[in-house]
Amino acid sequence: MGKIEWAMWANEQALAAGFIYLTGGIVGVAGQFSGWKFAAFGIAAGVFVCLLEYPRSKRIKGTNFERTGQYCFTVCVKAFGPLTRNYYVRAFLHAVLCIPGGFMLATVLGCVCLGIASLIYLSAAIHGEHWEPILPEAEPTKHVSQSIKQPPQNPPPRPPADMRRKRLDDLEAAAYVNPIPVRE
Amino acid sequence: MGNWIVNHGLETFILVVWMGINVFLFVYFYSFYDLGPQFFYTHQLLGSALSWARAPAAVLNFNCMLILLPVCRNLLSLIRGNFMCCGVALRKQLDKNLTFHKLVAYMIALMTAVHTVAHLLNVEWYINSRHGKYGPLPGNLSALRDNRAKNTTYLNPIEYDYTGIAIDSFNVLAPQTPTLFAFTTIAGLTGVVITLALILMITSSMEVIRRSYFEVFWYTHHLFIIFFAGLVFHGAGRIVRGQQTTEPPHDTIFCKTQPQNWGLIPECPIPQFVGGFPQTWKWVIGPMVIYICERFLRFIRYMQTVRYKKIVMHPSNVLELQLVKSGFKMDAGQYVFLNCPAISQLEWHPFTLTSAPEEDFFTLHIRSAGDWTNQLIKMLENLPEGSQGPKMGVDGPFGTASEDVFDYEVSMLVGAGIGVTPFASILKSIWYKFKDSNPKLRTRKIYFYWLCRETNAFEWFADLLQVLEKEMEERGMRDFLTYKLYLTGWDHTHAAHVMVHFDKDTDVITGLKQKTHYGRPIWDKEFEQVRQENPSSVVGTFLCGPESLAKVLAKKCVKYSDVDPRKTKFYFNKENF
Repeated sequence: MGKIEWAMWANEQALAAGFIYLTGGIVGVAGQFSGWKFAAFGIAAGVFVCLLEYPRSKRIKGTNFERTGQYCFTVCVKAFGPLTRNYYVRAFLHAVLCIPGGFMLATVLGCVCLGIASLIYLSAAIHGEHWEPILPEAEPTKHVSQSIKQPPQNPPPRPPADMRRKRLDDLEAAAYVNPIPVRE
Repeated sequence: MGNWIVNHGLETFILVVWMGINVFLFVYFYSFYDLGPQFFYTHQLLGSALSWARAPAAVLNFNCMLILLPVCRNLLSLIRGNFMCCGVALRKQLDKNLTFHKLVAYMIALMTAVHTVAHLLNVEWYINSRHGKYGPLPGNLSALRDNRAKNTTYLNPIEYDYTGIAIDSFNVLAPQTPTLFAFTTIAGLTGVVITLALILMITSSMEVIRRSYFEVFWYTHHLFIIFFAGLVFHGAGRIVRGQQTTEPPHDTIFCKTQPQNWGLIPECPIPQFVGGFPQTWKWVIGPMVIYICERFLRFIRYMQTVRYKKIVMHPSNVLELQLVKSGFKMDAGQYVFLNCPAISQLEWHPFTLTSAPEEDFFTLHIRSAGDWTNQLIKMLENLPEGSQGPKMGVDGPFGTASEDVFDYEVSMLVGAGIGVTPFASILKSIWYKFKDSNPKLRTRKIYFYWLCRETNAFEWFADLLQVLEKEMEERGMRDFLTYKLYLTGWDHTHAAHVMVHFDKDTDVITGLKQKTHYGRPIWDKEFEQVRQENPSSVVGTFLCGPESLAKVLAKKCVKYSDVDPRKTKFYFNKENF
C-alpha cells in the first residue's frame, strides 16, 4: 500500500461518526427513549466532534481540498494548540466520547464509528502525523525582472542619418529590409 | 433547449425512470404495510414506524440489486458490443456507469438512515408495549408467545417483560433493552454489522481519499462482501409479523376492545401471527452471481500467458511495453488492467492501449506516476537484454467512448497531458485504415488538439505525429488531419528560444511542421472554425483530460450545436478512469 496519511481517512470517518452520533441522539431524545440521557450526551458529543473534525488538516504533500467555509473552524481549532494538533489526544478524546453511546441502541452506531475513527487516529499518531491548519498564503509580491526597472538608455539601432534621409535619386539603394517584418 | 436534449436527453430519461421506480416502491410498500388489514395489530404496537421501516427496505432491495451491475466491466463491454447497431447515444450512457454506481450508493445510504431510525423507534416501542406502558391491547398482544400447547404465536419479538429479573441456576434472564435485543437477534446483529460496513465503505470512497490513496478505498470497498452476506440473512429472523386468517376468523374491529376475552368467545379466537418470508435474496441473487462471474473472468484472464515482445525505456521515465497474448482483440482507444504479482498481488491498474487494433501485438506506454509504476519501471530497467519481464496479468480490453471516433464524419479529439494516450491508438488505427481503404472508416476529417504543460514525457507521441505527417503528405492528404499543439506551461525562456528560431520550417519543440501554440486554446474560435469548415455535419468531440476542461467543452458543444439537420451538431464524449 502506498504511503498514506491515515489522518485523512480518520477525519472523514470521525466526521461521519459525529453526524451519526448526533442523529442517533436526536432520535433518542425526540422519541423519549429510556436512556434518553445518553442520547442527549450523544447530541452534544456529536456536535462537538463535527465541529472539531470539520476543518481538514494540511497534507504533508499534495493539494489541499478545503471543505466549504472551513476557515473559521480552522481558526477555532488552531487556538487550542497542542490539544488539537496532536493525534494521540484526539484518539483518546474520541475513545472517551464514544463510550456513553454504547449504552443505548440509538447511539451505538455512532459509538462504534467514532471508536473506529479513534483507532485510525491512533494509527496516524503512531506514524508521526499531526494536524496542520490550512491558512491562506500571503500573495508573493510579483517579481519584476531586472530589465524593466531601467528604461533603455540608448535609442534603438538605426542606419545612419544620411541613409535614412529620403534619396529620391537612387531609390534602389535607399531601400533596406526591416529586420523584423512589419505586420499590416 | 434542443441542444440540451441532444446531449443530455437519454441520461435524464434513465434517471427519471430510476427515480420513478424508487418512488413507486416506497409509496406502494408504505401503503401495503400501512393499510393492510393483516398489520392492524402490528400497528397497535408500532404505529406508522412499521411502514416507515418497510418502505425504505423495499427501495433498498431494488438499489442493492442495481449497485453491483455498473461495476461489472466485462458485462458492460458485452452490452456495448451487442448494441453497436443502436447508435452512439445509448452506448455513451454505459460510460457513465461509475456515476450511476455512486448515485445508487447515495440512495442506499439515505434509505439505510431512514430504515434504521424507523427500526430504532420500533424496537423502543416494542419494549414499551411489552412492559405494558401502552395499555391493555398492546400489552396483551405483546404477551403472546410461541406456545404450541396454548396454540399461540408471538407478535412482539421481545421475550421478557418487566416482571422481575429471573435468575436461573446458570442463566441470568435480564429484562431486554434495545441494545441487547439488537445484538441477540439475527436482524439486529446483521443490521448493525452491515450498516457499519456501509459507513466504512462510504467514508473511504470520499473523493479526497480515492484520488490520493486508491488502495485504502479499494481494499475497504471489499467490505461489500460482508454487506451482501449480512443483507441476505437480515430478514431470516422473520420478526416483522402479520396476522394470519384463522378458522373461525378473528374480527379485529370487534375484538380489539376486549383482549381479555380472546379465546373465550367465538368471534375472537386467539389471533395467529406469522413472519414475512425474507425477500431480499430474490432481488440480489442475480447480480451477485453476475458479479462472481465477473471476478472469475478477471481471474481467468489473469492466468493467461502474456509474452513480452519488446521493452523500451523512453526518456523522462516512460516505459513502453509491447506484449502478446493469444486471443487478444482490441479496438482503438480501449484500455486494459494490468496486474503484476511481483509488485502487488491484489492491485489492478488501468492503462490505455497505444497500439492500433491492426497490429498483432498490443502496446502500453506507462509513465512513472506512483508506487506501482515506479517499481515496474525499476524492475524492467534492471532486466538483462532480451529476457522476459515479470509475469503480468492483463484484464480487458474495456471499451471507452473513443471506439466511436470512426462513426463520426468529423471528429474533434482533445487530449490533455497524459490524456493524449488513447489518441495514439486512434491515430495509428486511422492511419492503418486509410492505408487499407477500410470502408468502416466514416471519418473524413479529424481535428486533433494536444494540450500539455511540457512535452517531456511525450516525445514518443511527437514521433508518432511526425510519421503521420510524412505519410499524409506523401498521399496528398494534408487536410485529413489538422492538429494543433498547445503548450500551456511556457515561460520567458521558451519565448526567447522561439523568437530566435522563428524562421525555421519546423517547430523547435516538437520538430513538427505545425507550429506549437502557447497558452490555452480559445475554444470559441476553434468550434467556430470547425463549424464553418463542416456545415451540416455531425461532429464528435472526444476528450481525455481534466474535469474542468470537460465542463468547458460540454458547454461549447451545446452552444454550437443546432437541432436543424442542415447545421452542425456537436456530440461530447468524455473518457474517465
